[in-house]
Amino acid sequence: MAGGKFFGGVHPPYNKELAQDQVIEVMPMPERLVVHFTQNLGAPPEPVIKKGDVVQKGQIIAESRGFVSVPVHAPTSGTVKSIDVYPHPVGVDIPAAVIVPDGADEWVEGCNDERDDTGLDEATLKNLIHDAGMVGMGGAAFPTHVKLSPPKEKPIDLLIINGAECEPYLTADHRLMLEKPEGIVTGSSLFARVLGVKRIIVAVEKNKPDAIETMRRHIVDRKGFSVEGMNVVYPQGAEKQLIFALTGRRVPAGGLPMDVGVLVQNVGTAFAAYEAVRFGRPLIQRVVTVTGGGIVQPKNILTLIGTTFEDLVAFCGGFHENTGKVISGGPMMGVAQYSLQASVTKGTSGIVLLRQEEIPQFVSDACIRCGRCITVCPMRLQPSALSIFVERMHFDEAEEYNVADCIECGCCAYVCPSRRPLVHHFRRAKAELREKSKKAG
Amino acid sequence: MLTAIIALASIALLFSLGLAIAARAFAVKVDPRIEAIEDALPGANCGGCGLPGCSELAKRIAEGKADVDACPAGGEFVAHEIAKVLGIEFTGGGITKVALVLCGGDDQVAAKRFYYNGIYDCASAALLFGGDKACSYGCLGLATCADVCPFGAIDMLPSGLAVVNPEKCTGCTKCVAACPKGIIKMVPIDKKVHILCSSHDKGGKVRKICKVGCIGCLRCVKEAPEGAITMEDNLAVVQYEVDLPEAVVETCPMDTIVVGGVGVEGVSGERKKAAGGEG
Repeated sequence: MAGGKFFGGVHPPYNKELAQDQVIEVMPMPERLVVHFTQNLGAPPEPVIKKGDVVQKGQIIAESRGFVSVPVHAPTSGTVKSIDVYPHPVGVDIPAAVIVPDGADEWVEGCNDERDDTGLDEATLKNLIHDAGMVGMGGAAFPTHVKLSPPKEKPIDLLIINGAECEPYLTADHRLMLEKPEGIVTGSSLFARVLGVKRIIVAVEKNKPDAIETMRRHIVDRKGFSVEGMNVVYPQGAEKQLIFALTGRRVPAGGLPMDVGVLVQNVGTAFAAYEAVRFGRPLIQRVVTVTGGGIVQPKNILTLIGTTFEDLVAFCGGFHENTGKVISGGPMMGVAQYSLQASVTKGTSGIVLLRQEEIPQFVSDACIRCGRCITVCPMRLQPSALSIFVERMHFDEAEEYNVADCIECGCCAYVCPSRRPLVHHFRRAKAELREKSKKAG
Repeated sequence: MLTAIIALASIALLFSLGLAIAARAFAVKVDPRIEAIEDALPGANCGGCGLPGCSELAKRIAEGKADVDACPAGGEFVAHEIAKVLGIEFTGGGITKVALVLCGGDDQVAAKRFYYNGIYDCASAALLFGGDKACSYGCLGLATCADVCPFGAIDMLPSGLAVVNPEKCTGCTKCVAACPKGIIKMVPIDKKVHILCSSHDKGGKVRKICKVGCIGCLRCVKEAPEGAITMEDNLAVVQYEVDLPEAVVETCPMDTIVVGGVGVEGVSGERKKAAGGEG
């Protein structure tokens, strides 16, 4: 089934050569860490520390609240200097703890102990994953244990480990597959054990032949594993598109991959699960790609959650003078940042710095109804019609035309000859519909 | 020729008789007052009363299910007209309220933290870090309220601030619901002293980002009559049920308190003074 083609998609310049050969470097301890209390989609966790507290590495600083929520841990030992509102890279200003590291980097008791996981049952594994504060590390930051808890009537028969990394510029997953394949494979088999799944596919885009090769080498003696090379087309790494390309199964509108018996996890998440279960290390660090024409030395960096963009940029030799834009995530789906005080969260896969001349400046125009957006929308929506509805504030009609199914991949806006801010319109509509359903109770 | 005329005339006579009988026999009783009330209502179908339109409200009023002053847009005058139709005395004559944008920070006095190049609409802009204004409570100036106003009562200053014209405002509250920052409030039309700020930030932060923001210094609270101005989480708020002398304006070190014209003239005048005085 490999190499199947999903509908639509685009071929933006990938620009991955900037950072793909950079070996993952460990970020030295910064002078301060800004750790946001909300790091997951779903219910925001409840902060349990206050100003002046002394925390240890791995100590819980925010407890999970409700099922769709995970705890947040202190990334190192130190003192809580203040609790204040800081920019979160997804585009909101929310409370965060400023932790000044004491340099000892001392683990809290009970963490960082190697353990034998062979005898552990599914519920225990799931608890370990929840307690480690694990979320999807591809960008959406959805709590992992929730994904691992499908209802009984929806059995999962296939686990897909997503190493497609279709977003331009980013190479964090690529490097992780090259350097930590064993951990990824072990973490994947942990997921498979929780779900009772026998078949695991590691999906990698064909523009990373070395990663495909490495992963293949590490699965030879593993039962049920296979590695598939995927077509290089954006958004190949989007959950629903990846499932269709691999299996031909179509996730229904408004549905989840579990509706077609599939679970997708990012390679970074699989590696974090390995760290959490085997070594008892909560999710307090991740690989971040710092790249783009605006940075002096593009790098892949293993850094603590809470490291400010400012420190990361400094570690990469600073930025060029005419740098005009800082994007958290990739250029297709990322969010432009207004401040380098924003810090790395569990879902931050990269920081892209663009030079002034690389940033298109434009005035958007009226829709000329050319239909290009319709031919590239991988969700088979009608972005042109939707955007007109939203412009006229006809949100009910937008809902009727399934704006809620938009995955915000940006293909439509990328091809639009009128330069219409289509994704922005759809985000507005979604916010409006959320508001409406909240009012309706 | 003559036959044709007679034939047509008799057919016409026959049909008209039929129609006349039908009109009597199948007549639907319509309360004549409904029509009269609808005529008295503004007819803008603004939805300010909470009903689908003016005719629906007229029906409700005639049935006694709504008060004669239920139309916020029409105000006292319309209430009197409707009372006349119903043959009752309208004694209420309560305070009419108009909308007021509780922010005075236009581009000349309030800082911006980034360059926003997106959709020209406050609700869309607010999705990204709450908007480009450094003050997270401030007016974004992208005219979402002016767009929804059915009466054209909201003017956008070229410097990026929405200002309600109380002459045109009918109090339908559409803008109050539309503002993503929630900074448009309904205030009694006869009150002239207002505090044009919604920021709950601490004074130090406000000083850095806005020249006309409330810094919570409490001077106005002390100067004003008991209970006329209260502090609510670092923000001075006018309590309109207590009379507030205009002299209190002088106490404000930030020119946040304005008097009189909440119209375009008055506000921009105040702002010019503030901008000139401090920068």
